[in-house]
Amino acid sequence: MSNAPQQQDTAVRMSGIEMRFGPVRANRGASLEVARGEIHALVGENGAGKSTLMRVLSGMYVPNAGTVEVSGRDVTGWSTARAIESGVGMVHQHFMLVPTLTVAENVILGRELTKGGQLDRARAVAEVRTLSERTGLLVDPARMVRDLSVGEAQRVEILKALYRGAKILILDEPTAVLSPPEIEELWQVLRGMRDAGDTIVLITHKLDEVMAISDTVTVMRQGETVGRVATRGTSPADLARLMVGRDVTLAADMAHHASTTAGAHQQEQGAAALEVRDLVVQGARGVTAVNHVSFSVRPGEILGIAGVEGNGQTELIEAIAGLRAPRGGSIHLGSADVTSMAVRPRGDAGLSHIPEDRHERGLILDFSIADNLVLGQQHRFRKGALLDHARIAENATTQVATYDIRPTDSSLPARALSGGNQQKIVIAREMSRDFTVLLAAQPTRGVDVGAIEFIHAQLRQAREAGKAVLLVSADLAEVLALSDRVAVMYEGKIVALLPRAEATIERLGAFMTGAEHAA
Amino acid sequence: MMALAFLTQTLRIAIPYLFAAAGGVMTERVGIIGLTLEGYMLGGAFGAAVGSLATGNPWIGLAAGALGGLVFALLYGLGAIRFRADQVVVGIAVNLLAIGLTRVLLRFLYDSSSNSPRVPGFNVTSSGSGFGALAQNPLVWMGFLALPLVAWILYRTPLGLRIRAVGEHPAAAISLGVPVTRVRWTAVALSGILAGLGGAYLALDQHQFTDQMTALRGFIALAATIFGRWDPKRVALACLLFAAAETLQIHLQGVGAFPSQFVEMIPYVLTIVALAGVVGRAVPPAALGRAPE
Repeated sequence: MSNAPQQQDTAVRMSGIEMRFGPVRANRGASLEVARGEIHALVGENGAGKSTLMRVLSGMYVPNAGTVEVSGRDVTGWSTARAIESGVGMVHQHFMLVPTLTVAENVILGRELTKGGQLDRARAVAEVRTLSERTGLLVDPARMVRDLSVGEAQRVEILKALYRGAKILILDEPTAVLSPPEIEELWQVLRGMRDAGDTIVLITHKLDEVMAISDTVTVMRQGETVGRVATRGTSPADLARLMVGRDVTLAADMAHHASTTAGAHQQEQGAAALEVRDLVVQGARGVTAVNHVSFSVRPGEILGIAGVEGNGQTELIEAIAGLRAPRGGSIHLGSADVTSMAVRPRGDAGLSHIPEDRHERGLILDFSIADNLVLGQQHRFRKGALLDHARIAENATTQVATYDIRPTDSSLPARALSGGNQQKIVIAREMSRDFTVLLAAQPTRGVDVGAIEFIHAQLRQAREAGKAVLLVSADLAEVLALSDRVAVMYEGKIVALLPRAEATIERLGAFMTGAEHAA
Repeated sequence: MMALAFLTQTLRIAIPYLFAAAGGVMTERVGIIGLTLEGYMLGGAFGAAVGSLATGNPWIGLAAGALGGLVFALLYGLGAIRFRADQVVVGIAVNLLAIGLTRVLLRFLYDSSSNSPRVPGFNVTSSGSGFGALAQNPLVWMGFLALPLVAWILYRTPLGLRIRAVGEHPAAAISLGVPVTRVRWTAVALSGILAGLGGAYLALDQHQFTDQMTALRGFIALAATIFGRWDPKRVALACLLFAAAETLQIHLQGVGAFPSQFVEMIPYVLTIVALAGVVGRAVPPAALGRAPE
């Protein structure tokens, strides 16, 4: 804190912030100081309290203790409405957009423009268009939000904040769903805003982003602020050490390492463990989400599927897992045709599935850790017609220890756990059963650096044990760190299928955005 | 003029549906289940009878009918919005309360267990059930304007934008400083008034209040709301379709060869068909029925 900026240059000063949710202390005396006109990165593992701290700043939470100053004014405990009025806007990790309204309607909601008591829709569209063109956040104001890509939806979120006159913009993990070119565009917009004098706080746990965009970094760990450094004077390794409190192996380093040793794991011979032929799957709105896709995964191989989210990966995984009936094509597990099989027989045939949304598919949040650990396997844990609670408890004790799930009390509901530990429950359940093929969809989404390391190790171990792993991830570094071969999905098709050695971020990025077409 | 008679009767039957379904669209679009339309209608019918009998003025009866619907809407709101109770449970309670309360008050005020004295309605000069007579009833025209009014509110006013936002994604509305609770109350109150007017039409048109006189019309209106996929235009067509089916059933009762019960089933069968997604997927407002946070 030695080089703290002068009072008049300080946009945000938070100190001693204490935020409790029941027994959980999300912030323990956390502090933050952001200078006006800078891009400030707020980094830390999941559950470190970053989002909580920013929700306090944006008025969503009232802290139990501590003070919040914005532009030198004490605003502790203010409301969202007051924060917005004073120019503090937050773009949430999960979009706060109404899918059935247009872009313009979403932007003006709560601040409607009227003419004689009626909505002035023409002016709303015109104003949003002007703002969009001025900032470079290009999106058609007349379109329905549900028809937008994630990248466009995010632009709408930022436009919402700017429309309300935000001078201090908080972005919560904005790049999680973007492709590399989209991220670059976002950086340009943010730099433009900074150069115009606005202040940006960026929550992230991707350290390469911190290095690429920020001026200053604040690091949080377990609810406390553990460091504040100038970006120029630090390195990803230093930041990671601050975040976790020990040395970690970063996925980016692994990606580099993997590219130099690629091919070691490739087993060209042997029958495929998973074979997908000419698969056609319809998406939620009747569009063809997966368009004649074919590939196979061999035992002892990780096939990584890269791609911007919403290009059919979800539907592909759901079709293989048995959650969505394909319109055409076939799926084989070894020699068994499972194309029209129900979920449980697929599991019996050797399929294991780490779903992309652990809240929707992976867990029942109100169930205990122990019960979640046998979900889908409950028929293996019974005594006659009843559940065998002794064995379920025994299984829980073993898994909690093996997979380092915290807290260790397996009677707690899954809801009480951090994202990383929730994901470990899913991983533990899906990897402790008998399987030959593992579908791992976004296995480390919203999970902290320590847990990522652990999950990656588990996936590699599965490969070493001769399992076939199909990995789908929006995180390119993850795909590159783990995969033996990399496929890219774009608009429902596999547009590239490359050996790891030929897959570079630049090439994959070009395929992911449709800039390059080759199969 | 068989066709004109058929049309006239269809329109007459459709009026209470149009009012109540307008209330149905209003409440469901804000995310609160329109299970209580039946109770609102009954409250509206009773209020209209009392108001019109007390003053001899059907317009005051009409206002009292709106108030009758509003009272039950506020009770529903108290449970569903203020106390965040399960909407289905509160909704059933409100409907049962409407039946019981009107029955008790009927006995208390008019010393009858079945019906009120003759209720002054809107004076209609030409006799019979012809189209002319129908057109002279101001409530008929109000009924035709109910759903267009709802459409105007939903799509043309700031309140409507907020109602649509709250019914789909309340958290997003909250994050923008929209007073979500107030929006919910407003929509539920409007829903009560609209459905109450539908009940008032019944009492004023039949010139009396009878015990449980709404005869589950509120649920038909809810079915029309769903069948019309929460879109005022489609809901209006659904109301007319259901009313036409009912008219057909009445006409077929005299024929005898064809069991009229089958025709009577049409609205319900259509609703099930709609919900099963046969005529395009019915996507309800995303936050429908969820306790407000």
